[in-house]
Amino acid sequence: MDATTQLHWSKMRQEPGWLVRVLDNKAVLIVACLLPAVGLLTVFLTYPLGLGIYLAFTDTTIGRSGYYVGLENFEFLFTDPIFWNAVFFSVFYTTLATIGKFGLGLWLALLLNQHMPFKSFLRAIILLPWIVPTVLSAIAFWWIYDPQFSIISYIFVDVLGWRETNINFLGSEWPARFSLIAANIWRGIPFVAISLLAGLQTISPSLYEAALLDGASSWQRFRFITFPMLLPILAIVMTFSIIFTFTDFQLVYAITRGGPVNSTHLLATLAFQRGIPGGQLGEGAAIAVSMIPFLIFATLFSYFALARRKWQQGEGND
Amino acid sequence: MSNASTAAPETMHWDSRARRMVVLWLPLACFVLILLFPFYWMTVTAFKPDAELYDFGSHNPFWITSPTLQHIRKLLFETAYPNWLLTTMLVSIGATTLSLFSSTLAAYAIQRLRFRGSQYVGLAIYLAYLVPPSILFIPLATMVVQLGLFDSPFALVLVYPTFLVPFCTWLLIGYFKSIPYELEECALIDGATRLQILRRITLPLAVPGLISAGIFSFTLSWNEFIYALAFIQSSENKTVPVAILTELVTGDVYQWGALMAGSLMGSLPVAIFYSFFVDYYVSSLTGAVKE
Repeated sequence: MDATTQLHWSKMRQEPGWLVRVLDNKAVLIVACLLPAVGLLTVFLTYPLGLGIYLAFTDTTIGRSGYYVGLENFEFLFTDPIFWNAVFFSVFYTTLATIGKFGLGLWLALLLNQHMPFKSFLRAIILLPWIVPTVLSAIAFWWIYDPQFSIISYIFVDVLGWRETNINFLGSEWPARFSLIAANIWRGIPFVAISLLAGLQTISPSLYEAALLDGASSWQRFRFITFPMLLPILAIVMTFSIIFTFTDFQLVYAITRGGPVNSTHLLATLAFQRGIPGGQLGEGAAIAVSMIPFLIFATLFSYFALARRKWQQGEGND
Repeated sequence: MSNASTAAPETMHWDSRARRMVVLWLPLACFVLILLFPFYWMTVTAFKPDAELYDFGSHNPFWITSPTLQHIRKLLFETAYPNWLLTTMLVSIGATTLSLFSSTLAAYAIQRLRFRGSQYVGLAIYLAYLVPPSILFIPLATMVVQLGLFDSPFALVLVYPTFLVPFCTWLLIGYFKSIPYELEECALIDGATRLQILRRITLPLAVPGLISAGIFSFTLSWNEFIYALAFIQSSENKTVPVAILTELVTGDVYQWGALMAGSLMGSLPVAIFYSFFVDYYVSSLTGAVKE
């Protein structure tokens, strides 16, 4: 206020308040800056992670804090065929969906990497399945898989005449499983394709020119240039994809809710069913915790099997 | 070989055109068709009267002969749909603001304030992104009950940052890295405090990164499902994805028209949002993966 009333030609430098001086101390500033993020993550991520592992060893139900029961939950689960079925389907679902997503996603990325008109427009609409809420597109798939009014059945029966009867997509075990995997692949392709496209665009064209001069075929160019150069980004995208496919919940919950006869339960949907509507929080937590070894394995696998590059060190990529 | 190459140009031209058709345009058209078909089907179903919806024999199912707004009218006036939209909007805005605030500060501290162990903090935040919500929702549900926040949208505002903060922090670290450090040094020499530097120099230069992180967080919060399903019970507090699945699916006869209308209207806000910021989405998606 003083500075403005004085008739100086320039504004006086204001004395900084104590708060400003304290915050200009580097150590204080670092703590102040990190506090919100680290605090939020500690309270709502690290602590629940520990709490979840603890709950898995108790018999907690909704409305009653439980007692420590040791491995009882796990012993019960290991004799439960529904649990083993969920383990099997989670692995099966992840494997098949990952192969499909990455095969088709890489193909789409290679197509989009060529010169063509409307490229950015195409890229924009291809990302749509990934932007729209998964549950809502899952409901659309549910309708597409309807036993009576499925549009796919209509095409096969009435338009093409290849079949006599409607396809019962979700009525029995295996068709339901493959229908879910197809929906998951549909949803996953855009993410894989767009990330891999970004990786493809960083490959220098001079490498291809050199290979062309050496007479490399298009398969050789893909095998010895595109694929190795793409590996680092492929490793990251695959780690993410495997983790989030294995722990998928929305798609299965929206389309089949684990049915018919529990055949399409993933570990996450089984944990939810037992934990929240079923009220057996301890058992649900045990199912959720049993996902952790698979996730660690999947992460290590994709990290060490696919990644041998310097970006692993975190610093100085490019 | 030399023989063939002299005669080649004329035939090569047509040959490569046909080849390009088969190798590029045909598969691309299939991809686009399959990726967009569910949305088309959603839209068509939302505007079809029931009589047409369940009669493929006398109406071509791919087209609407007499479009109707009855499903949308039912949705807007006979269900709590406007309420759900409002809740989702508020939760998304709240969670986005909270995570953007905390991750900007964290990214600035990690990337610019450089202290011993800063890269380990960065790595820990990155690892936090790899913890999936499916593992956390049961313990979080017990916490939410203990905090007295069960059935309150406020719980979602507090919980969504667990997956938003790691993402935004990594995105912004990458962005801050691209801003020349010399600018900050100049300001330091001119006697600016570090907070002034953050506010006057770094943040204005990082606006594209902030927009990317913001729209991404908004979309991710809008799409979130499992926490909203586990923590919210009363109908009027539900978010759109949860409400459509739990409130509109009643009994054994599904109201497909209303369900699709609800899905369409729940998807439209993010789709419109997306169409304005496509480039930011693509850059943040690829940026976060590359970092």
